[in-house]
This record gives sequence, C-alpha cells and structure tokens, in this order.
Amino acid sequence: MLRKYWWKLLAYLLLLYTAVMGFLVKIPILDGRLQQTIRNLFFHVPMWFGMMILLTTSVVYAIKYLRNPLPKYDAYSTAYATTGVVYGVLGLITGAIWANYQWGEPWSGDPKQNGAAIAILIYLAYFVLRGSLQDDEKKARIGSVYNVFSFAMLFPTLWILPRLTESLHPGGEGSEGNPGLNGGDLAPEMRLVFWPAVLGWTLLGVWISTIRIRIALYHQEKLFND
Amino acid sequence: MIKKILFLITSILSIVTLKANAQEAVDNASKNFMTSEGKIYVVVAVVVTIITGLFIYLYRLDRKISQLEKSK
Repeated sequence: MLRKYWWKLLAYLLLLYTAVMGFLVKIPILDGRLQQTIRNLFFHVPMWFGMMILLTTSVVYAIKYLRNPLPKYDAYSTAYATTGVVYGVLGLITGAIWANYQWGEPWSGDPKQNGAAIAILIYLAYFVLRGSLQDDEKKARIGSVYNVFSFAMLFPTLWILPRLTESLHPGGEGSEGNPGLNGGDLAPEMRLVFWPAVLGWTLLGVWISTIRIRIALYHQEKLFND
Repeated sequence: MIKKILFLITSILSIVTLKANAQEAVDNASKNFMTSEGKIYVVVAVVVTIITGLFIYLYRLDRKISQLEKSK
C-alpha cells in the first residue's frame, strides 16, 4: 500500500476532476447570499473531512502502539497526525477567507470556528509534548496516550458543542439532521463533485503521510543497524 | 543531467506556448474558449497547473525515497 502507485494516480485524477468541475458545475442560486462561494464546498469542506479521516487513522495507530509497542506504529501515528493538523490549519485559513466575505469578518467567534481552533490547539500540544521528550520510547508511549486524549476532544469540539448553540455554520441549534452528511440538502450535481473531492483530498493527505512514514521508518532502521 | 535538460526544454516550451496563447487571446478575444464564461477557464487552468505541479513534485519525492530504501 505504502509504495503502490494506483491510488496516487487516483488521487491525482480525482483532484483534477475536482479542479475542473469545482468551477464549472452548475450551482443553484438560492437567495443571493452565498452565490458562487458555495464552490468552496469542494475545497474548504474536504479539508475537514480529510482531517477527520487522517486523525482517526492516527489514533488507530496510537492504540495499536499502546497494545503492541512497535516503533513503526508510532511512525504511522505521528505522520497521520501531522498531515491531519496541516489539513486542519488549511481548513481554518480557508474558512476565515470565506467568512470574511460571507459573515463580514474572518473570525466571528462562531462556535464551530472556536471549536475547530481548540481542537487544533490540542493537537499542536501533541507535537510540543513529543518534542519535549528525549527518549524515543517514552516519546512514542506518552505521545500515543495523549493522541487518544486529543482524539476524544476532537469530536465534541467539532461535531457536538457547536451544534448545541446558535451557529453561522450549517447545523446549529434548531436545524434538523446532520449538516455534514445530510446529502438531501445538497443539489445532486454538486454531490457528484463533493464526494470525489473529499476522496481526492483525503488520498492526497494519505500520500503525504506515507512519505513522512517512509522517512521515519528509514531513520528507525538505520538507527537499528548502526 | 538529462532531467535538467528536460526541465529546461519544458520550461522554454511552456513559456513559448503561454506567449502564443496570450497573443491569440488578444487577437480573437471574442472567439477564444479561455476568455468565455467570464474567463473562468483561466482559473481552471491555473488550478489544474498547480495540482499537476504538486503531484509531479510528490511523485519525485516518492521516487527519491524509494531509491533511498533500495540503497540500504
């Protein structure tokens, strides 16, 4: 999987499709508020979907490491966490750009904005914690435990708390169903761009992660052989 | 060395084509595909170029690590 090429090509084709159709697909003009900015759905939203998938993969490997402390599991876990956080930061920045023109200011203290920022900060502490430990085994073990904690905070800060209060994002207090997965709200031709976009951006994140993993594994083996 | 030469050739070619395209755009702005629909295709071309460039870069990085893995 790490060294296969077919899914990397698939990622490229999906993103090519996203880049072309993301601009050309016909979008419904509802009330003139969102206008063309709804096309951000193909670029801003997949950052968050990608981040959730990458961070979920990361915590799976963290738990694997805690059950069976092989250094390679830690390499996987850290790499996916890093790429996940990069996606999250890109999501925050692109969200702020969109918000500036949609809600009038880049940061309006919207519960989902705040929640996302808190989640990212919790994950940043993961890297601070790891960086502060010298011993590789300790780094991996304490890092994995903290990873589980960060992940436990991720869903409440992004999916639960923002939905309990009024929000500028879809899915705030008083709205029906899940804003992320409620496919019925989305025009069918947009859905045909949105899901390939999510898969494409996620696979790109996986590819970047595998490159980090392979570098880490290379160093680990080199250290072991010397 | 071959890679460097290839890179040089492709960069020169792309500059030449870009210039030709620009000229064409000026010549028949009303008929040109790229300038239709509010010039949205220009943005599409830019984004496609960025994504292609990023993937070429990632692919080369991938190859480099494969070589490292083989060499040990």
